[in-house]
Amino acid sequence: MTSALDYLIELLAFTGLDHSILVVLAIHIPALAIFLVMVVNATIAVYVERKVAAFMQDRLGPMEVGLFGFKGGRRFWGGIGQTIADAIKLLTKEDIVPDNADKKLMLLAPFIIFIGAFLTFIAVPFSENLVVSDFNVGIFYIIAMSSVGVIGIILAGWSSNNKWSLYGAMRAAAQIVSYEIPIGLTLLLVVIVAGSLNLGDIVQWQADNRWFIIHSPFTFVAFFIYFISVVAETNRTPFDIPEAESELVAGWMTEYSGFKWAIFFLSEYANMLIVSIVASVVFLGGWLSPLAILNIGIPESWMILDGPILGFFWVMLKALFLVFVMMWFRWTFPRLRVDQLMYLCWKVFIPFCLANLFFVSIWELISGTIFR
Amino acid sequence: MPIPDLGILLFLGLCGLIVGSAFMVVTSPNLVHSAVSLLFTFFGIAAIYIYLYADFIAATQVVVYVGGILVLIIFGVMLTNKIENATITSKTHNQIPGALFSGILLLLQFYAIFNTKWLVNDNPEKSSTVMDIGELLLGKYLLPFEVVSILLLSALIGAAMLSRKKVD
Repeated sequence: MTSALDYLIELLAFTGLDHSILVVLAIHIPALAIFLVMVVNATIAVYVERKVAAFMQDRLGPMEVGLFGFKGGRRFWGGIGQTIADAIKLLTKEDIVPDNADKKLMLLAPFIIFIGAFLTFIAVPFSENLVVSDFNVGIFYIIAMSSVGVIGIILAGWSSNNKWSLYGAMRAAAQIVSYEIPIGLTLLLVVIVAGSLNLGDIVQWQADNRWFIIHSPFTFVAFFIYFISVVAETNRTPFDIPEAESELVAGWMTEYSGFKWAIFFLSEYANMLIVSIVASVVFLGGWLSPLAILNIGIPESWMILDGPILGFFWVMLKALFLVFVMMWFRWTFPRLRVDQLMYLCWKVFIPFCLANLFFVSIWELISGTIFR
Repeated sequence: MPIPDLGILLFLGLCGLIVGSAFMVVTSPNLVHSAVSLLFTFFGIAAIYIYLYADFIAATQVVVYVGGILVLIIFGVMLTNKIENATITSKTHNQIPGALFSGILLLLQFYAIFNTKWLVNDNPEKSSTVMDIGELLLGKYLLPFEVVSILLLSALIGAAMLSRKKVD
């Protein structure tokens, strides 16, 4: 894989500027692109989430705010302007800061969470060669940067000077720190088999062999442990106890409003997209076409729909399906209690992950000597 | 006007960030603010590792210190009772011996910096360092690695023993 940043620097070389200035200029383009991806993703995801929720509960969802004059007209696409209206409302809302809050930290907290999500996007590949910077330690970098956000959550909860916020922050911290372990262990399993931390190499391995989800029984289990753990790490229902609205008002974001709250939401939906893309790249073959694994007699050249643009399509298709599954979870499962959450992580997932690690090593040794 | 090298500018900025935030950690009257300043120090140090082409160490720095230790510190500070009322003494005592001692330390450090034969790699390869680290850890340095892991395991068990409720 080559990274988009190097490509941009080469592309801009015709201007004849000094290399230093060129790098500074070139950095801004992917940064802006990442920001746009985050904004567009949040806008669409909020709308889809409301529509999915409505569909699951047999109601219509937002129907009034139309963009192209079909207010209340079409049955399903009626409220397509709703999130844009919501965004404008959020940006123009009064910014309320409690009197006894720690004002500096309360301002800083949303930005730490945002930076955590933003920096993670640098290593997230949207397609082959479509990654801002191709790290050798890509998957490890993603794990590292996604652990930054929890500090923002704790600070948001503490600085608000509100007991609901503090409870929410403590729950969030305990939950995220715990669920990082199964996430790390399941990804480690893939790294052991593929022999590289680079996401491009991992997908190449899957192209040479088979997708990790169907590679062995252990990687199959690992995918589900990973997916459930990232649902917990992104604080989504059924693991949304940090912001359980029936217990804690809104958890750690109780005292936030307006723009800062919008940043929280932007980061939350960005994190959903990130973990789904990572799951699809690591376990579901990334930019490899799913048609290629169906061997049904059609010439192979028809089936392999690869290439940069189709690669983007496949990554996003897999990732957005996983995002949809997360929304599906939300309206299917009841919220776990705090102790059940910790039980699930420490007594179910982590032992399973460790056993998985052990057995996958044996599996690879045996299949490496017998079948190859 | 000649354009200064971007790498050196960034490096100076990083050094400023590390020193400034470390200074904030020490001088801030609010413990939570100190802990937050530590976040920037850790990040700056991770960036310094990237200057040394140690990508794996840099990511480990963020995972261990930012994602683990700093969360623990903030957690501990947050749960301290009546943290707002705690008065943290920021007076200075023994100024003259202190200044002398730190001056000598500074001179010693300068001496060490300018007299060490630094290993300068003029042609840094952009290859991954993970494989080398893994092979060294499980090959040449296997014994220290295992000793450290046993030490950590005993620390874990000890912490769990200390914090569990006593059942008679």
